[in-house]
Amino acid sequence: MDALAPTTGALAADSLAGAALAPTTSVLFADALAPTTSVLALLVAQNVAFYVIAAIMLFAGFRVVTSPNVVHAALYLIAVLAGVAALFLLLGAEFVGITQVLIYIGAVIVLFLFGIMLTRSPMGADTEVDHPRRLPATLAAALVGAVTIYSVLDYFGDEQFPKETRTTTNEVADSIFSDYIIAFEAVSVLLLAALIGAIVVARRD
Amino acid sequence: MMGAPAAATAASVTASFPADLLAVDLAYWQQTVIKMGVVAAVIPAAALILGYVFLLKMMSFVQSRLGPMEAGPHGTLQLLADGLKFLQKEDIFPEKSDRFVFAMAPVMVLISTFLLYVVLPVGPDAVVSELDVGVFYALAVSSLSVVGILMAGWASANKYALIGGLRAAGQLIAYELPLVLAVVGVLIQAGTLNLQGIVYAQANGEIFGWGGIGNPYILTQFVGFAVFLIAVQAELTQPPFDMPVAESEIVGGYQVEYTGFRFLFFFMGEFGTAFVFAGIASVLFLGGWYVPGFDVDSNWLNLIGPVVMLVKIMAVSFLIFWFRFTYPRFREDQLQKLAWKVLIPIALANIVITGILKVAV
Repeated sequence: MDALAPTTGALAADSLAGAALAPTTSVLFADALAPTTSVLALLVAQNVAFYVIAAIMLFAGFRVVTSPNVVHAALYLIAVLAGVAALFLLLGAEFVGITQVLIYIGAVIVLFLFGIMLTRSPMGADTEVDHPRRLPATLAAALVGAVTIYSVLDYFGDEQFPKETRTTTNEVADSIFSDYIIAFEAVSVLLLAALIGAIVVARRD
Repeated sequence: MMGAPAAATAASVTASFPADLLAVDLAYWQQTVIKMGVVAAVIPAAALILGYVFLLKMMSFVQSRLGPMEAGPHGTLQLLADGLKFLQKEDIFPEKSDRFVFAMAPVMVLISTFLLYVVLPVGPDAVVSELDVGVFYALAVSSLSVVGILMAGWASANKYALIGGLRAAGQLIAYELPLVLAVVGVLIQAGTLNLQGIVYAQANGEIFGWGGIGNPYILTQFVGFAVFLIAVQAELTQPPFDMPVAESEIVGGYQVEYTGFRFLFFFMGEFGTAFVFAGIASVLFLGGWYVPGFDVDSNWLNLIGPVVMLVKIMAVSFLIFWFRFTYPRFREDQLQKLAWKVLIPIALANIVITGILKVAV
C-alpha cells in the first residue's frame, strides 16, 4: 500500500509529517480501490484531473488576451492562477499551491482590480485594450510557447515524476533556511530595494 | 530544542488518525460527499445562530429594547422567516450591470467561507480535512472574499457600490497583514502550521511545569489574540470597521444593488465567516476542542469537542459583536492608520519577542 500513497498527492494530503503520510493516505484509499487496480486507477484519476485543469487554464488564458473588457481579463486571470495552484496541489506541493492562492489571487489580482477600478472602470467593451499589431504579438506568444514546450519535452522526455513527490511544509522550510539561504536572503534584499524604490518614486515632492 | 517534542507529538497524532468517524469503510468519493454535506449544512446553521443570538438579541439588549419577539418563542424563528422572505424575492439585475460577474460575486464570497470550514477541527478526528499547512491555508482562502467583493462593487454599475468595493479592498488588504502576523507568534510557540498540531501543542503544554490545563496560548500570546480579533473585525467589515458598507454615506456599499437570495449569500458569508474565524481564534489561542482531564486522543473528545468548540466560538463571537455594537465607525484615514501604524508594528514586535523567548527559554 505504501507504493500507492505518494501518487495520491495533495488531494489526500491530510497528514502532518512525511513519516506519517503512508498510514493516512492508504487508509483513505484502501476502501475506495482494490490494491491491484488502485495504482492504475489513481494515475488515471490524476491524469483526468490534470487535463480538466489544463483545459480550463488554456481557455481562461485565451480569454485573458482576447477579452475586450479589462476587468473581465483580470477575472479570467484568476481562473488561470487558480489552475496553477491546483496543478501544484496535484503534484503534492501543498505549501507552494497555497502560497500561489495567497499571493497571486489574494494580493496581486486584488491590486490589479483595485488599480483598474480606481482609475477607470469600463462597463462594456474597451477599445483601448485592443492593439493593431495583433498578429506579431500572436506570433511572438506562439514562439515562446513552442520553445518552452520543446525544451521541457527535450529535457524530461518520457521521464515520470518520482513516486515520492509530496513535500511537507517542514521540508520546504528546512531547505529554504539551509540549502537556499543565500538565494532567499538575496530575494529579500531585492524585494526591500523594490519597496524603497516604490516609495521614492511615489513621494517625488 | 523545542521543535523536536512538537514534531514527535505531531507524528503520534497522525498515526492514530482514523479516516472516518464511525469505523464504517466508505469510499473516497463517499467521504468527500459527506464532508461537503457537513460543511454545506454547518454554514447556514452558524449564520442563524450568530445572527439570532448576537445580531437580533444581543444588539437589542445593548440598545435597551427587546428585539424580534413575534416569530416563535422570543423571536427564535425570525431569521428563518427572513430567509424565506429573501428566497421569495424577485431576482433583480440592474439594467447596466455585468450580469455574469454580478451573479458570481456573492458565490465567490460564499466559496471563501466554505473553504474556511474545511480545516476547522472540533475533535481529535472530527475535522473535514486535516491539512499540513492548516493556518496558512485558512488565511489564504479567507483573502478570496476580497475578489468577490470587488466583483460585486464593479458589476453593479453603481457608483456607491464601486466606492464601497474599493473601500472594502483597501481595508481588507490593510488588515490582512496584522491578521497573518498576529498568528505567527502562536506558530512559533507551537512549531507547526497544522491546526490539530496547535491544539495538541497546547494540550500537552505546561505552565511553569504545571500541566493541569495544558497551556492555552492566550496566556503568552494575548497581544496576538487582541491584534487577531481586531483584524478579524476589519476583515468582516463589521462596525467599527464598516466604511465599505457605511449605510449613512454609501447606502450599503457593494451590497446596494443586491436583493433576495443573492443578498442572503452576502449575509451568510459575513456571519459564517465570523463563526469560523471565532473558531480559528479558539483553536489558536484558547486550546481548541481539548478539555483538561481527558486523554488527548480519547474518543470522548470527538463528542465533547464540538460542544466545547461551540462554547468557545460563542465566547469569542461575543467579543466581536460586543465591539460591533459599542463603537462608532472609524474614518477611512483613522482605519488605515490603525492598521499600518499601530497593529502591524505591535504584531511585528510580538513576533520578535516570541522568537527571542522561544530560543532563549
